[in-house]
Amino acid sequence: MKDALVELQHITKAFGENVVLDDLSLAIEENEFVTLLGPSGCGKSTTIRIVGGFEKPDQGRVLFEGKDITDVPPNRRNLNTVFQKYALFPHLTVGQNVAYGLVISGKTDQYIRDKVRYGLKLVNLAGFEDRRIESLSGGQQQRVAMARAIVNEPKLLLLDEPLGALDLKLREEMEYELRNLKEELGITFLYVTHDQEEALTMSDKVVVLNGGYIQQMGTPEEIYNEPENAFVASFIGDSNIVPGKMVRDRLVEIYGVPFPCVDEGFGENRPVDVVIRPEDLILREPGAGKLDGTVISNIFIGVHYEMQVAAGGFEWLVQNTVSHPVGEHVSLDVIPENIQIMKRPASEDEEALALDV
Amino acid sequence: MKKALKNIYLIIILLFLYMPILTLVVLSFNQSKSMFKWTGLSLRWYRELFSNGEILRAVWNTFSIAFCAAVAATLIGTLGAIGLQAMKKRPRNLILSVNQIPLLNADIVIGISLMLTFIAAGLYLSWGTVLLAHIFFCLPYVLLSVMPRLRQSTASTYEAALDLGASSFQAFLTVVLPEIWPGIISGFLLSFTMSVDDFVVTHFTRGAGINTISTLIYSQVRVGIRPVLFALSTLIFLVVLLALLVSNRMQRKEETA
Ligand SMILES: Nc1ncnc2c1ncn2[C@@H]1O[C@H](COP(=O)(O)OP(=O)(O)OP(=O)(O)O)[C@@H](O)[C@H]1O
Ligand SMILES: [Mg+2]
Repeated sequence: MKDALVELQHITKAFGENVVLDDLSLAIEENEFVTLLGPSGCGKSTTIRIVGGFEKPDQGRVLFEGKDITDVPPNRRNLNTVFQKYALFPHLTVGQNVAYGLVISGKTDQYIRDKVRYGLKLVNLAGFEDRRIESLSGGQQQRVAMARAIVNEPKLLLLDEPLGALDLKLREEMEYELRNLKEELGITFLYVTHDQEEALTMSDKVVVLNGGYIQQMGTPEEIYNEPENAFVASFIGDSNIVPGKMVRDRLVEIYGVPFPCVDEGFGENRPVDVVIRPEDLILREPGAGKLDGTVISNIFIGVHYEMQVAAGGFEWLVQNTVSHPVGEHVSLDVIPENIQIMKRPASEDEEALALDV
Repeated sequence: MKKALKNIYLIIILLFLYMPILTLVVLSFNQSKSMFKWTGLSLRWYRELFSNGEILRAVWNTFSIAFCAAVAATLIGTLGAIGLQAMKKRPRNLILSVNQIPLLNADIVIGISLMLTFIAAGLYLSWGTVLLAHIFFCLPYVLLSVMPRLRQSTASTYEAALDLGASSFQAFLTVVLPEIWPGIISGFLLSFTMSVDDFVVTHFTRGAGINTISTLIYSQVRVGIRPVLFALSTLIFLVVLLALLVSNRMQRKEETA
């Protein structure tokens, strides 16, 4: 296998008593779009700042193309950052902002002019060279920050919640543009967000962080369909997380009812957590499914109806395009492939960590 | 009617504000030495002013000290502000409150304590001790006008500059300095004004031989003020007025730019 572009090895970082990252290891392959996902304060920015060289890890090393760069200052790392708050230079024009890195590295005037024009065109701001920063909208400032970083042709681009300050519509547009930009430039992205939709939409690999640990790492599909623990399951989308008992391989008991499933290797009669996505629950005639219950709420949320069904002592969240009125008796069913089994955390400590959203 | 009233009101206020200065200006052109009798227009006092070595020396002392003190205080204060900004919150707030003490302290206490310190340190009271004293009381003003500028996101733009390949010195010159420049300028101007304006501290730290404009005038009050000093005050007033107009003009330009 080829060497990773960036490798974080056993990084530990604390601010005073507050241990933010605890023995974190992570590899980023060349040309990959990796997203760090986690709730506010979980250490996403800290991780990205360690890669950028703005924080020193207390322990561990940062490798870039196989070389140890832990002690290399930020200005001598072959990467650029789009900061959480853009950090544009307010006294310079848009063009001068974008040109900053090129001027510092002593490029010719002609090269700089062409590159600035190219960079601004790439982010759909052609002709904005002479505008002042404060005359731009949030989305435009965000794109100037992008252009300022990419004209330097870094190997790696770090993006710290670049879309955090934008409204929903603009954010969706920018997600699309970012993805395009990445394809066009062929550079590696390390992206930070606390928005799970953003992470799932854009990334090749999602790294879910919480409490200083990596909770799960994988493709968006893996993270969504096969969450490894309750934290990931509840953080990524809506889901029903219920206690269950793994009777044997391929059979789990939920609220006393046996459900066939596809998971193996959990042992026999072991307590587990079961995750079922609301869109995977099927509503049948009473008696025709596995768990009988009653619809207790029903709201229309756009494409489908979101209903709550009380069955087996749990209020199940169900999403369906067919509406079932409140009070109707129904029966819940689910196909084996849509049942996701997770190991129950062994100690209370581990559980607290996992559920500390 | 209402408008006329408004204008009259405005004129009264302006008269009230500028009457004393106007009196001074008029009297500086009076031919006689009297403060009450107008005996005719003359430039006599202006001529005397420019041939009076003592006054010219005092003018020179005043402005050379003000300039040097403002430069030194601005330099030290700006560097201090940057250092403070990088400190942890607690020690920073502690130092900032200590910084307030010279601002609130009575001039006379500062003057006497500085004088005692200089003497205890074996310094001969002279131009140099006045300069040191002025740097001392100007510093807090510089710190106060530069600090707020530094708080505004400067740390993150500085990091952005590093990220784009600038060395820390380049980043300071191209990003931090332009952002805090207005604070530095206003710190400099404040210091300059405070220094020119000062009487009490100068009085205690100047020693025997040297005078600034304010101490000179004070020493002459006892023997009777000569209209030469009116002429001097008029000139100073004009210089200040000019500086004000220029700075206003510059500000307006910046706003429209
Ligand atoms: N310079 C610092 N000094 C002290 N504590 C810090 C410092 N920087 C970060 N922290 C703390 O480290 C923790 C993680 O911060 P970090 O900025 O990495 O979070 P984040 O995941 O980026 O959160 P957000 O989504 O809100 O940006 C927080 O508890 C924060 O208070
Ligand atoms: Mg952050």
